[in-house]
Amino acid sequence: MKILKISMIILLCSGFFHSKSNEKNDQLKSKILKNIRCLICQGQSVYDSESDFASSIKLIVDRKINEGLKEELIYQFLREKYGDWIIYDPKLKKNTYILWLLPLLLFLLGGAIMYKKITVKK
Amino acid sequence: MLINQIGYYSLILGLILSLTLCVVSIKDFNISNQQINQNIFSLSFIQLVLIIISFLSLILSFINSDFSNETVFNNSHTTKPLFYKISGTWGNHEGSLLLWLLVLILFIFIFLIKSKDQPKKYRILTLIFQQVIIIGFFLFVLMTSNPFNYLFPIPKEGLGLNPILQDPALAIHPPILYLGYVGASIIFSASLAAVTQKYVSKEWSQHIKKWVLVSWIFLTLGIMLGSIWAYYELGWGGFWFWDPVENVSLMPWLTLTALLHCIIVLERRSALKSWIIILSIATFTLSMCGTFLVRSGILNSVHTFANDPSRGVFILIFLFVLIILSLAIFFLFHKESDKNFKNFFWLSRETSILINNWFMMYFLSVVLIGTIYPIFLDVVSNEKISVGPPFYHKLMAPFLVIFLLFMSVGPKFKWIKSKIENKNSLIITFFVSVMLTFFIVKNLNTDLLFYTVLISAAFFLFFMTLKELFIKKINDISQTIAHFGFSLLILSILFNSILSSEVITNIKIGEKYSYNKKEIFLKKAIEKKESNFNSIIAHFLIRDENGKIVELKPEIRIYNQPEIVTSEAAIKTTLLKDQFLVMNIVKGNDYFNIRYQVKPFMIWIWISVLLLSFGGIISLLKKKI
Amino acid sequence: MKSKFSLLVIIIFLSFCFVIFYKGINDSNIYSPKITDKKDIPNFEAKDFDSSKYVNSEKIFKDDIFYIVNIWASWCVPCRNEHPLLMRLSNSQLVKLIGVNYKDNLNKAENFINEFGNPYSQIIIDNDGTLSVEFGAYGVPETFVIDKNKKIIRKFIGPINNDILEEIKLIIK
Repeated sequence: MKILKISMIILLCSGFFHSKSNEKNDQLKSKILKNIRCLICQGQSVYDSESDFASSIKLIVDRKINEGLKEELIYQFLREKYGDWIIYDPKLKKNTYILWLLPLLLFLLGGAIMYKKITVKK
Repeated sequence: MLINQIGYYSLILGLILSLTLCVVSIKDFNISNQQINQNIFSLSFIQLVLIIISFLSLILSFINSDFSNETVFNNSHTTKPLFYKISGTWGNHEGSLLLWLLVLILFIFIFLIKSKDQPKKYRILTLIFQQVIIIGFFLFVLMTSNPFNYLFPIPKEGLGLNPILQDPALAIHPPILYLGYVGASIIFSASLAAVTQKYVSKEWSQHIKKWVLVSWIFLTLGIMLGSIWAYYELGWGGFWFWDPVENVSLMPWLTLTALLHCIIVLERRSALKSWIIILSIATFTLSMCGTFLVRSGILNSVHTFANDPSRGVFILIFLFVLIILSLAIFFLFHKESDKNFKNFFWLSRETSILINNWFMMYFLSVVLIGTIYPIFLDVVSNEKISVGPPFYHKLMAPFLVIFLLFMSVGPKFKWIKSKIENKNSLIITFFVSVMLTFFIVKNLNTDLLFYTVLISAAFFLFFMTLKELFIKKINDISQTIAHFGFSLLILSILFNSILSSEVITNIKIGEKYSYNKKEIFLKKAIEKKESNFNSIIAHFLIRDENGKIVELKPEIRIYNQPEIVTSEAAIKTTLLKDQFLVMNIVKGNDYFNIRYQVKPFMIWIWISVLLLSFGGIISLLKKKI
Repeated sequence: MKSKFSLLVIIIFLSFCFVIFYKGINDSNIYSPKITDKKDIPNFEAKDFDSSKYVNSEKIFKDDIFYIVNIWASWCVPCRNEHPLLMRLSNSQLVKLIGVNYKDNLNKAENFINEFGNPYSQIIIDNDGTLSVEFGAYGVPETFVIDKNKKIIRKFIGPINNDILEEIKLIIK
């Protein structure tokens, strides 16, 4: 049992530090495109759309990746041009605190209620 | 013409019958005998017949392409194949509501027949609550979306059905989903009736569990069919987009799943009474919410095909009336008894079920808030934001890991008080899962730590349930199968998303495109004429790295009524992978734009959902629970 | 007491939800972005329609005057409807029109200009639509008003009509 544990820990440690994710540009590109809303379509991402708007955005994203821009900066660029509506991944900021934190708060609240009900006996 | 009239008047008669039924039921409620007045059965039966006549007459109008009917005119066309003429009946707003009504009335009739051993007052109250819902829907149909509106002068030709709705999976998807939704309405009425009669008890739980199971099974299958449709028809190779309309069908599923687990606690320990009532109310409310969000056009989604604000207002008011009524009943009649929790211990089956509920409610809150927060923000501050897949993945994935771990261990606990048995076997299984995952994920080009953790947890559940299925004597096979299906679902989704690959390129007829020792060859393209569309069928030969050749024939369809161009994906399914090819015309060019995807384990996603619902079916068929 | 309190909270919450949804239904959900803050014009290089030479954006917007940037294409039907209005606008001395020819066939674009007249003081070519993205455009036609500080102060999605024309005239005065 002990040997198993130790060998596993060593293996895991060595593994995580050795392999670095070298994502190719293609993967990054499709990941980014999936997170961009095609503004002239109904509820489609740019990745899924063949419209003129989507194809232009695809070219722009391609160009920006080749210029070496990071994922976040590309989103930033598009947000500046088109507003938050265009990115599917809402940023944590003043108007999205509720969105991001409320579910977590509810989770804690639920846990607290459950804990109280089970431990506190009348 | 005449058929239209028949359909319309049977609807009105149906509404009158609803009102009559309410009056008769209230009268009968105060008569203290054991049996329900026979008239109630006859009236319910007549109502069922009337609504079936109404629905059949709409189908007939569709089959005959009777364009004096506005609904038919808007959604059908003479050149459409018969199958889609019929499925077109519920492919539109008016027809789908008529189907809602039909299922509502059918279910309450079945409820009446099947609940003979239940207390009389409880049955009558359920009937009355259900009739309130039915009256609401009758009014909704007759006032805002009459399927039998008359058109004059009679048009020669209809406008046609949106071609992306002309698909076999979508033809049966709404009816199945509605069976699930409407099943929730029975649970809703029954639980309210049980509250007023102080009948939330073991006996009640055994009786209502069947309804919970039935609606859960249909809802699961309905969601799956919708997902299959998205995969085949929308042509993007994805199967779940966290689109608002998909979320809306997932929400009642989450509460229903929670309810399914809770009801067992009620049955065994007669605890969690208030919580079960709240879940029952929530499930139906969320189903209604779904209808509201989809039909009112308040959401921006691929699936919103028709919308009209006046309908939205009606459903909204109806929805809130129902919520307020049910809450009022709950607060007036329900007396919480806290001693329920007296005998709850940490290591016990009931606590693990509570933990299941805890996570289900968390997932629900993520989906619910993610879906409606943008609406709130837009109204309050006029800012528009998009909430999409990254949001859901980020908030759900870490919790899913813990959820899976609990799910593997939880069912091992005994009722009331338990201890962890077979610690060593648990630990070994856990190690095996982690090691296995590690060696698989290490060889893949992906985010190692994240996927190792997630997949290990899924594998853990997978092995634990597998062991249960084969080694141990089978004590609760339905639960084990369902949990096994769930682990398989998570595994196939994860591996599918990690291992999928795709190529996007332009190709001309006779051209070859090679990459990574694979080759795509466009042999020829044939034009073809069908009754309701013209199509270009391309013949592709795809050779993989082992030299195996597969022929795929994607299609571009140019529908005539309404004129829409769609791409039909060609999909070759095998046990290990799906090959998915879709093409598009590029304006003013002689080449096609193609997207070729290899999607491993695609079929296992569907198989595991089937297993999940199969677990439910077994539980339903078992004589003793 | 406790249950009365929670009932009250629930009722308040529900009425809040009701109001929000009610308002939400009546709002249209067609997305129309507003420019609340002024944005700089993007920096770009683009091909000139007449000379086929590359020009820099600073050169295009060099004068101390209002500019109107109009995205158009010969294949775009609404562009034909707004064209006479652009012609009228081009008579004004207060403003210069810059045309951005969007994903077009150059011969057809030239025919279009020859047939309907040329309101633009300069036309630049946007072959692949990326230049329009730099402006934050959705498609054709679209019109931007740029003030003397070289900021985009207004944007109109879709063809301009008489009301918009009046609004533009007011802005540039």
